[in-house]
Amino acid sequence: MSCGLDRRQVLAFGGGALAVAAFGFSVGPANAANDAAELIAKFTGGKQATTGKVKLDLPEIAENGNTVPMTFSVESPMTESSYVSEVLVVADENPRGGIAHFHFSPASGVAEANTRIRLAKTQNIIAVAKMNDGSFFTATKQVKVTIGGCGG
Amino acid sequence: MAVKPRIKLDKKEAKKGDLVEVKALVAHIMESGQRRDGKGEVIPRKILNKFEATVNGKPVFSAEFEPAIAANPYIQFKFKATESGPVVLTWTDDDGTKIVGEEKITVN
Repeated sequence: MSCGLDRRQVLAFGGGALAVAAFGFSVGPANAANDAAELIAKFTGGKQATTGKVKLDLPEIAENGNTVPMTFSVESPMTESSYVSEVLVVADENPRGGIAHFHFSPASGVAEANTRIRLAKTQNIIAVAKMNDGSFFTATKQVKVTIGGCGG
Repeated sequence: MAVKPRIKLDKKEAKKGDLVEVKALVAHIMESGQRRDGKGEVIPRKILNKFEATVNGKPVFSAEFEPAIAANPYIQFKFKATESGPVVLTWTDDDGTKIVGEEKITVN
């Protein structure tokens, strides 16, 4: 599958990257490749998510970034009094940070799902789970991408 | 164009409280809106942005998708069997059209 980028655009992009490099210090938060951090902050309302309870399963190395299997599960009894209500999954180096936002309830029985995602390059995948009591848990997994799923 | 999703339940009959696994695959380009055509123009975004699952009319699982979901989106999830009825899966396209698929679960 073609990335739809010809030589001229690649050069233009390179020029743009140089310009950003030259004036980079004036642009936003350091090293923020996309809106992943903002998406997480919006999701948690600024609360700190604790590492744990969330299991994120992705391949160490993805040969083809166009379709990378992603599974997550969150430890929870999933009863009326204690359950996982939402899970946000983001990627920190895709053109846009968002991947998917899942909603669970006690009727789900278990907080896990599996889908296939696009990854433009080697990067971290971050899952944040929201519990019904308002606490947040998170897990991060790095995936090395050999051929990027362009436009991810 | 009517797209028919492929849906598979890991069991047709379940005991109350059992977990039933649902696997679903639907054919869709999931155009990310990031790619450009031969003329250098952006190909407009067209994805399935929402997925909902109900069992006997009650929601059990849903998700919002971003362009980072791969083409021909696959989704696998579970629900707790409580009552018999239709398992209805609905995908919503950016243009508002819906793709709907249905299976049945019998709870003993």
